[in-house]
Amino acid sequence: MIRLLDEFRCHFAMLRKHTIGLTRIFHTDHLRRSGSQMDTALISKSSSGSMDSYSRRQTSSLALPHQPSRPPRHDQYEISGLTSFYLVVLGGCSSFVIPELCSNYITCILITLAINAILCVSLNLINGYMGEFSVGHAAFMAIGAYGSAIITVKILPLIPFSLSSFLTFPLMVVAGGLLAALVGIPLALLSFKTRGDYLAIITLAFLMIVKSALENISYVGGPRGFLGIPPLTTLPWVYFWAVVTFWIMRHFIHSKWGRSIIAIREDEIAAEAMGVSTRSAKMMTFVISSFFAGIAGGLFAHQIQFINPSSFDILRSTNILVMVYLGGVASLSGSLVGAGVFTILYQILQPLGVWRMVTMPLLLVLLMIFRPRGIMGYQEWSCFKLKE
Amino acid sequence: MDFTPEKQSPILEVSLLNKNFGGMRTIIDLSFELAPKECLGIIGPNGAGKTTLFNLLSGIIRPSSGKILWFHQEIQKKSSSEIVHLGIARTFQNIRLFKQLSVLENIRIAYDIHLTYTPLQALLRTALTREEEKKSAQAAMELLDVFSITSLAHQPAGSLSYGDQRRLEIARALALHPRLLLLDEPAAGMNESEMYQLVELLQWIQKKFHVSMLLIEHHMAFINGLCDRTLVLDFGTLIAQGTLEEIRHDRRVIEAYLGEAVT
Repeated sequence: MIRLLDEFRCHFAMLRKHTIGLTRIFHTDHLRRSGSQMDTALISKSSSGSMDSYSRRQTSSLALPHQPSRPPRHDQYEISGLTSFYLVVLGGCSSFVIPELCSNYITCILITLAINAILCVSLNLINGYMGEFSVGHAAFMAIGAYGSAIITVKILPLIPFSLSSFLTFPLMVVAGGLLAALVGIPLALLSFKTRGDYLAIITLAFLMIVKSALENISYVGGPRGFLGIPPLTTLPWVYFWAVVTFWIMRHFIHSKWGRSIIAIREDEIAAEAMGVSTRSAKMMTFVISSFFAGIAGGLFAHQIQFINPSSFDILRSTNILVMVYLGGVASLSGSLVGAGVFTILYQILQPLGVWRMVTMPLLLVLLMIFRPRGIMGYQEWSCFKLKE
Repeated sequence: MDFTPEKQSPILEVSLLNKNFGGMRTIIDLSFELAPKECLGIIGPNGAGKTTLFNLLSGIIRPSSGKILWFHQEIQKKSSSEIVHLGIARTFQNIRLFKQLSVLENIRIAYDIHLTYTPLQALLRTALTREEEKKSAQAAMELLDVFSITSLAHQPAGSLSYGDQRRLEIARALALHPRLLLLDEPAAGMNESEMYQLVELLQWIQKKFHVSMLLIEHHMAFINGLCDRTLVLDFGTLIAQGTLEEIRHDRRVIEAYLGEAVT
């Protein structure tokens, strides 16, 4: 297990290194740079009188023609706000239609895809945006799953009058999410003092604690698992939750709190020196991330109707990590792409049987060699960005 | 003693400050004051404790004993981010920019302390949120304009030249709208013309933004151009203070830099 973790650390380090290398290649253009410096010397002349002498010194050595600076990248995927709204509505409509038209198998895959997307984006918040390395994400999912399952199976029948599941289901899922968020708080407290490899080990230990705790509570079935959960997760519901998750994440990432956790990733001391309270930012990140993992867990429990502790082991965490690094770190679009590619490949490779377990890691190795930051790493489709 | 009415009360008072790292006494009984809008230079040989003093003032490390008063309020136990909110900003000797982020984003992260929207407003992206975000982007661009790095706004900060990175770091500290700016070797690695340009820029900033400055520097010309007074540190103690002309002839300063005269 430790070796597995170590392998991921290696990939992660490589990924960081390559990203920096790539940005250098893309952006270091000496001719353009010197041209623009000249340009700025002229600007400084107009902006402040005291710098006149410097401007004159610089302008005397003008040799290069004016070059406009490079515009921000990722303009190649331009989708307007209205178009993305229509896309969301279209997706909503098709989520009602698809279960009627397509086979159960297709619907099931789409539901899994949406749950995976929620998991992936919530882990991306910690691993991609904040730059920590959490391998305990399955634990939050487990708590969300068990929490909402307990409410559905054990608590709801105690209420004398019956409520329609349409009303109660979102509340149960949210309750699972809140429970997971509550459990995320101690992990956030631990992240104040430790980071990097050490925090990764702590999250791993956390996952083991949660798993063995669930195995030893007979109220939730112990190692046998929790049976008889009604199949409440439908395609429209998971679609709704996925849209809500991505919508909230988008607004969070493009707010001052989102920028502050990105600053923590880049340099924690500098972030603190820029007035970012790193403690509250970390707390917020862990709580939000574990909340959405809990939501995904609740949806998962009501999809497959049976949960047991061993379905939330290190392998589950690993799958989420694969999705994050496949899709691309620090990218919402990447999370969607990662979850999509992973879920569909997982199904396509079914005929390979045992060999599937070889193909997936092989794919990851190739990805790390040829595109180390993932498919969409540090990039974003315009529909996931906010206009100024 | 001349207590003339013009003499303003100091904004920063450091009294009997000590910092020990294990048995190593890095700062020993250091006391000094800083008047409003004053620029105070700090010089001293390597290992004199200059950067440690900055780390103490900016809350990155806690003093072993002694007091730091900022507007008569004790700040020696406050965290780094709390001190920034009180109006003390700093730059680092080894540049600490957010290297992968763009120049503009670097400034915006600093400017974020002026934004007032709540999490709920951010989530719903209300008019206030949009307006503040827009204002922050504009303010960041204006600041880049002052520092003549507007055309580099969308470049990753790590790809800038050394001099530009230094200037960006100062710009980023100024985006916090501090009342005191701690500059740790701002001219390190700059050539002479860049250095003179920086002196002019800092003089202009001091006038425009009314900030006090505390600066560590090894270039005497730089200190001479900017600072009203200079402190000389050696092995954690204050050995001299005054104008550059005064300390230049101080026997202890000469000894600290050149060694004792052979008798």
